[in-house]
Amino acid sequence: MSSFIFSFAALLFSPFLLSIINRTKAVLGGRKGAPLLQPYYDIIKLIQKGAVYSCTTTWVFKAGPAVGLAATIICVFIVPFGAHPAPFAFSGDFVLLAYLLGLSRFFTVSAALDTGSSFEGMGASREAAFSALAEPALFLALAAVARKTGELSLSGIFHAISAQGWGASSLPIALLTTTALLIIFLAENARIPVDDPNTHLELTMIHEVMVLDHGGMDLAFIQYGASLKLWVLGAILMGCLAPGRPDTSWLGGAAFMGGMCALSVLTGVIESSMARLRLVRVPQLLSGAGGLAALALILVMR
Amino acid sequence: MTTVLISIVLLILSGLAAFTAGRSYKVATLLGAGGAFLACISAMPPVLRILLGGASKPLHLPWDVPYGSFSVAIDPLSAAFLVPILVLSALCALYGAQYLESYSAGKSTGAHWFFFNLLVASMIMVTIARNGVLFLIAWEVMSISPLFLILFEDEKPEVRSAGWTYLVAAHLGAVFILVFFLMLGRNSQSLDFDLLMAQGKGLPLGGGVLFLFAVIGFGAKAGFIPFHVWLPEAHPAAPSHVSALMSGIMIKMGIYGILRSLTLLGRPDPLWGYAMIGIGLSSGILGVIYALAQHDLKRLLAYHSVENIGIIALGIGVGLMGEASGLPVLAALGFGGAIFHVLNHAIFKGLLFLGAGSVLHGAKTAKIDRLGGLLKSMPVTGACFLIGAAAISGLPPLNGFASEFLIYYGAIGASLKGSAAFATPLILTAAGLALIGGLATACFTKAFGVVFLGEPRHEETAHESGILMRIPMLALAGLCAIIGITSPLILNILGPAVRVILSSQGQMAASGLMPATRPLLMISLASTGLIFLTIALVLIRKAILRGRTVTSAPTWGCGYARPTARMQYTASSFAQPLTGLFRPFLRTAETVRMPKDIFPTNAFFESHTNDAFKELIFEPAFLGIARLFSRLKWLQHGRVQLYVLYIAITLMAILFWKLRG
Repeated sequence: MSSFIFSFAALLFSPFLLSIINRTKAVLGGRKGAPLLQPYYDIIKLIQKGAVYSCTTTWVFKAGPAVGLAATIICVFIVPFGAHPAPFAFSGDFVLLAYLLGLSRFFTVSAALDTGSSFEGMGASREAAFSALAEPALFLALAAVARKTGELSLSGIFHAISAQGWGASSLPIALLTTTALLIIFLAENARIPVDDPNTHLELTMIHEVMVLDHGGMDLAFIQYGASLKLWVLGAILMGCLAPGRPDTSWLGGAAFMGGMCALSVLTGVIESSMARLRLVRVPQLLSGAGGLAALALILVMR
Repeated sequence: MTTVLISIVLLILSGLAAFTAGRSYKVATLLGAGGAFLACISAMPPVLRILLGGASKPLHLPWDVPYGSFSVAIDPLSAAFLVPILVLSALCALYGAQYLESYSAGKSTGAHWFFFNLLVASMIMVTIARNGVLFLIAWEVMSISPLFLILFEDEKPEVRSAGWTYLVAAHLGAVFILVFFLMLGRNSQSLDFDLLMAQGKGLPLGGGVLFLFAVIGFGAKAGFIPFHVWLPEAHPAAPSHVSALMSGIMIKMGIYGILRSLTLLGRPDPLWGYAMIGIGLSSGILGVIYALAQHDLKRLLAYHSVENIGIIALGIGVGLMGEASGLPVLAALGFGGAIFHVLNHAIFKGLLFLGAGSVLHGAKTAKIDRLGGLLKSMPVTGACFLIGAAAISGLPPLNGFASEFLIYYGAIGASLKGSAAFATPLILTAAGLALIGGLATACFTKAFGVVFLGEPRHEETAHESGILMRIPMLALAGLCAIIGITSPLILNILGPAVRVILSSQGQMAASGLMPATRPLLMISLASTGLIFLTIALVLIRKAILRGRTVTSAPTWGCGYARPTARMQYTASSFAQPLTGLFRPFLRTAETVRMPKDIFPTNAFFESHTNDAFKELIFEPAFLGIARLFSRLKWLQHGRVQLYVLYIAITLMAILFWKLRG
């Protein structure tokens, strides 16, 4: 039962990660920054609006945000809350998680193409290409931790890591895996150095340009879905790094939450300290992540 | 058994009847397509009964042919392939009855249906044959009859050339299969599979060479790279219901052949597993990369068949590794995933080819960059194509995910233990499947998005297809969803089929696919949750928007007021980031005329991706052979007297040879 409570906490808390990132960026940029609850205000405001649909679009455009959000919500119930098992834990659950994110992407990309706009087509094309390259890297990284722990479900893997710890001898493995997962986390969530969530030039955007024509409820679905995706991939990264202790139930949960906040701060620091890569460099970054994960795997198998 | 044999007879008789009806479209179609539909439906119950645990009595009749006997039987492995054959053939016949109408002017539809029914009958025969000679005869009929189906529009030069490529590929493969059976039956009086299986355990030469011959021979039919070159030629040339049948089922007969020969070859070597995983990775990844670069919808789908055959090969490879290292669960998951994917691919690839045919029929072209916005004029085709596209990308809650999951689950699960040499190919399988999945999603968002979404890129208005074409598509789309949700139940059906492959291993066969039950149950639970959640979100949005202003406006074009449909992102531009990345493999030829001056008048861009394997391997090889044989041309000069002399000399030579020996 408590696992469900944790999942609902994740549903509630995930937009807050965005505000931590934004606040970090504001502080480092010497600004005061938006209120900490701004992402919630945005979503509430969007829900109160009417809707404008492009006359080019069909039902696919309306299905996109709904399917995308639904798939990501299911993912939240698959990803464990640190060392706490998820309500939907089973052997091979990370395969389902990766493919649910794929389903969400399939419909977001289709909805973007439904507008008939070249800008959105451009974003859709990049999203599809970069995710295709991120996917093998994710599987390699997860295969490495799976073999290290001998477990086949995310909950089992994180539980085992928290019980045994990485240990001094496998520190390189931990470092390589988490670096690969961090790159995947940044790329899949459209953060710098792959995509800039604050950019205003359509030609250089990836994720933001795909949702140009969405508004009102649909945009609220998309923004909430994006924050959930941030949570899901962040939780996988934090679970591999520092999942907390399973025995002290609530304290472990709080520690994990702290870890997620720290990850958001780190994301904010990365965004403040470096520029976005040129688009042609992104595939190299992603295959680099795959390479790191493969290296970790070799070390595990040694 | 009897029912299945009766339906084979029914297929052939109705084909012959259609043939005699000849050029009368209505009569020929009623006899041919109607006969095929009825025969397939009536053979369904006994086949399903065998899958659900029933038994059937094998039939064994002596035959005058050397080494031959009329020996047929249906075991669960045959039944697992018969189900997609029967389902897809029935639906394709229904679809074809309406599809052919607009192409049939001045053509003999009777002949078409004759060869269509012959193809279906021969595929059924291949799966139930239990004697090498009978198998080869059925195999040859199955290889020849599609040629006449491909050549339906034989007035087009590209169709004739495709038919030629098909014929060569089919026969080169058949040669290897012939040699395979000859080597297998060297020490035996008959090529009955039962006898061969008994001696399989002590093959003197080692099964390796035989396995190689089987993989090449059957792989040419299945479309393993580099033997895939006929697929992208033949599928676009054939009428769409024939493409669906060929891609959905006929190429799977190659997979059936490999699985059936595994039952004859005894215990596999771990190397076989490595080989199949290598074949699977190269076919899967290269297939989908080539698909990304295609401009023709049916050519794109043909390359996706290569990709999916690669996934099936990965499953077989994982299964072989399990069998070779004595891990029954791994073996069952690998083979089970492969057989499950055969069924699933038959359904969604059949659906996609029928959808492509509907596009070709309704919009008069299958060139992706000339189409657009078809979802509005062809709502049923569009919705069905979307389901097929999501299913082939392996996305939950549809069927493609379930079979890929079995392979993932087996591969990753077994990679947790064992040596690096054992775990590496398994992890490569998982990573390769992930890459294939991501690329397939990119390719099918391209295909669906550019063809069905946005604004039409051409003037001509498209129309939805007739009811006989819509019903098969709707049925197949429904099956994609149903199989996806009920995948734990399908495991019980796959179990016996896997047991047939592992039967020579004794204790291996006992424990089956059971470990996968719980994960698949959880997946179907999550899938159901996903569906309800989506519906709930849509209803919530509807409820909230009620009473508020919902308007429509043009798409945002950054302030540009006069957008045209031609400004939309095209399929080529959509795929460019990926095709650019894989340029070394694709060797895409581009013709560019850049816009010049301040007021550019004309600019031009064209790209074309030819098959590197065809251009670099097969064309030079065949040209070389042709050059070699042209040296013998002096023998052929048209003088009949000398030809008679050749015959006389040959006879004399044979006579002397006989006398000496």
